Amino acid sequence: MAQVNMIVCCKQVPDPEAPPAVFKVDTAANKMTLPPDVKPVISPYDENAMEAALRIKDKAGGKITVLSLGNQLVRDVIKKPLSVGGDELVLLEDAAFEEGDSWSTACALAAAIKKIGEYDLIFCGRQAADWDAGQVGLGIAEILGIPSITIARKVEVTDGKATIERVIPDGYEVVEMEFPALITVTSELGDLRYAALKGIMAAAKKQPIIWKPADIGLDPGQVGATGRRTKLHRLFQPVKEAKCEIIEGETPAEAGANLATRLRQAKIM
Amino acid sequence: MAEYKGIVVYGELTDGKLASITTELLGCGRNLADQLKEDLSCLLASDAVGEASKEAIAFGADKVYVVEDPALKDYQSDSYIQVAEKLARDISPRAILMGQTSMGRDIAARLAFRLGVGLSTDCLDLGIDPESKLLLQTRSVYGGNAQATFSCEVMPQIVTIRPKAMTPIERDESRKGEIIATKVEIDMSKVRTKIIEKVREEVAGVKLEDASVIVSGGRGLGGPEPFNTTLKELADVLHGAVGATRPPADNGWVPEAVHIGLTGKIVAPEVYIAIAISGASQHIAGCSGSKNIIAINKDSEANIFREAKFGVVGRYEEVVPAFTRKLRELLAG
Ligand SMILES: Cc1cc2nc3c(=O)[nH]c(=O)nc-3n(C[C@H](O)[C@H](O)[C@H](O)COP(=O)(O)OP(=O)(O)OC[C@H]3O[C@@H](n4cnc5c(N)ncnc54)[C@H](O)[C@@H]3O)c2cc1C
Repeated sequence: MAQVNMIVCCKQVPDPEAPPAVFKVDTAANKMTLPPDVKPVISPYDENAMEAALRIKDKAGGKITVLSLGNQLVRDVIKKPLSVGGDELVLLEDAAFEEGDSWSTACALAAAIKKIGEYDLIFCGRQAADWDAGQVGLGIAEILGIPSITIARKVEVTDGKATIERVIPDGYEVVEMEFPALITVTSELGDLRYAALKGIMAAAKKQPIIWKPADIGLDPGQVGATGRRTKLHRLFQPVKEAKCEIIEGETPAEAGANLATRLRQAKIM
Repeated sequence: MAEYKGIVVYGELTDGKLASITTELLGCGRNLADQLKEDLSCLLASDAVGEASKEAIAFGADKVYVVEDPALKDYQSDSYIQVAEKLARDISPRAILMGQTSMGRDIAARLAFRLGVGLSTDCLDLGIDPESKLLLQTRSVYGGNAQATFSCEVMPQIVTIRPKAMTPIERDESRKGEIIATKVEIDMSKVRTKIIEKVREEVAGVKLEDASVIVSGGRGLGGPEPFNTTLKELADVLHGAVGATRPPADNGWVPEAVHIGLTGKIVAPEVYIAIAISGASQHIAGCSGSKNIIAINKDSEANIFREAKFGVVGRYEEVVPAFTRKLRELLAG
C-alpha cells in the first residue's frame, strides 16, 4: 500500500470540560476569562482527528504534519501530537493571527497547507471546543477545492482513496472519496492514544516550524481580527434562575419514592 | 451590484415530508420577513418533493423553489452545493436560513466560503438591527457556557439554527404562495464522493425527538446494562424514551442515535430525567429546552442540580428502582 501524506489541524483551547461555574465573561472586553488552574488542551475533536491519522499511519505508513494557528501557544500542549507519532509540527504563530473568525482562520490554514504542498488527506476535528462553529475544516476544503466528509467515526484507506463511516441522524453511511480530501472527525472514532515515554522525549527535542503571515503569502491585514468576515457584538452569559428542590428521605430509596410523590403532586407526572 | 432582498429557508425533507426543523425555520423566517416587509422563500431540493412544497406555504413561505433531480436522492455536499449556490446567486437573498442538522452542518460552511461570506452556525436567536437592518445572530459558544451575538455585512447573510430553538407558525392550508419548479443542471463530474451504503441503527420504542418523557443516563451508569434494565423500566412506566450523554455513546453502551447534546440530538420533552449525569454545558445544550429537568446524582455538587427543578442526591442503584416502583403505583391508582 502506498504511504499516505496527512495533515492534521489542531487548535489549542481552554479545557472545555472545566466546571461550567468557572467560565466567566468579561463583558467590557467581550472575552471569556478562566482561572489559571484551567489548563489549555488540544480541542478534543482535534485529538480524535489525530488518532484517525495515526491509525492510517499504523497500517499504511506515511507522514503526519500537524498544523496549528494561534499565538503564544503552550509548547507542552501543542507538541502532544508529536509525542504520539506526529512527524512535523507547523505553527502559524503571531500576534496578527489572534482573534480571527472561522473565515480568517480557514484562509490562513489553507494558505499554510498550500505551502506544505503535498498531502493526500487533511484531518480536522468536527468543531473546536471554544467557539463551536464547525466551519474551519469545510472552509479549508472549499478554498483548496477538494472534497470533504464531515463527522467521521471511522476512516480506512486503500490505494488512493478513503472509505469513511459518516454519522447521520439514525445510523451511519459508508462513503468513498478519492485523494486529496478533507475529513472532519467525531469522538466516536476513539480517544487519542497515550504517549510513550520515548515519544515524549522525542517531541521535547523537536522544534516546530513557525510561520508568520508573510511566510504563507498573506498580509497581516488578511489574518486574525482584521481578516474577519463576522463582527462580534456581544459575548454574554444568560442568567439562570433555576432553583432545584432537593427531595430527601431516610434512605436513598425513600427519597426516590418521595420524588415520585412530589412530582405527582406538582402534576408533572 | 445586485440588490439583496428577502429571506430564504433551505429546507429539508424527512421520509418525504417537510422536516420539523424546516417548519421552525419558516416560522423564524416569516417573522423576519414581516419585520423587513420582504418575501419569505423556501428551497426544497430532492429526488421527489411532492406535497412538501404546499406544506411549506402552509407554514409561511411566499414562494417555494422546487428542484427535483434523481441526483438529489441522497444528500451529498458536492451535489447539493450546486443547487444551494445557484439559487443564492439567482435570487440574491438578504439571508439564508438553514438547520443545524446533519445537512446544515455539512453544507452551510461550504456555501459561505464559496460565496465569500460569513456564517454563524447553531444560532439560538435572530434579530434585526434597526439601523443597519443586519441580522443579529446569537449563538451558543464555549460549549454552551456563553452566548455571542454576531453580524456580517457581506450579503447574503447565512446562518444555521438549532433545532427546537424557533417556533413554527400555525399551519394554515388557506395561505397563498407560489410554487416555482426550478431546473438546476447537476454536474455529476463534480460529485467526488460516493455513498456505498446507509446503515440505520434503529432504536426500538418511542422516538427520542418525539418523546414527552426522556430518561437519560450518563457515564455514572458504568456500562450498557443499566440502560436496558433500570432506565428502560422507568421509561416504560412513563411511556418515554431512553437517552444518554456522549460518553455512553462513545463507549458503545448505547447507539449514537440517542446521544443528546451540542453534538448529538436536541430534545425538549415535558420531563427530562437525568440519571448519573454531571450536567456538562455541552450536554445541557441538548436538553435545556425541557420543561422539567429532574436529576438523580450521588454528588450533591454536580452541575446538573443547577439545571434541575427537582433532584435526589443518592446512588441511582438505590434511588431509581424505588422511584419507578412508587410511580407505577401512583399512576395505576
Ligand atoms: C466540543 C464538545 C462537545 C461535546 N458535546 C457533547 C454532547 O453533545 N453531549 C454530551 O453529553 N456531552 C458532550 N460533550 C462532553 C461533555 O463535556 C461531558 O464530558 C459529558 O457530557 C459528560 O457526561 P456525563 O455527565 O455522562 O459524565 P460525567 O461528567 O463523568 O458525570 C457522571 C456523573 O455520574 C454521577 N454518578 C456516578 N456514579 C453514580 C451513581 N452510582 N449514582 C448516581 N450518580 C452517579 C457522578 O457524580 C457524575 O456527576 C462535549 C464535549 C466537548 C468538548
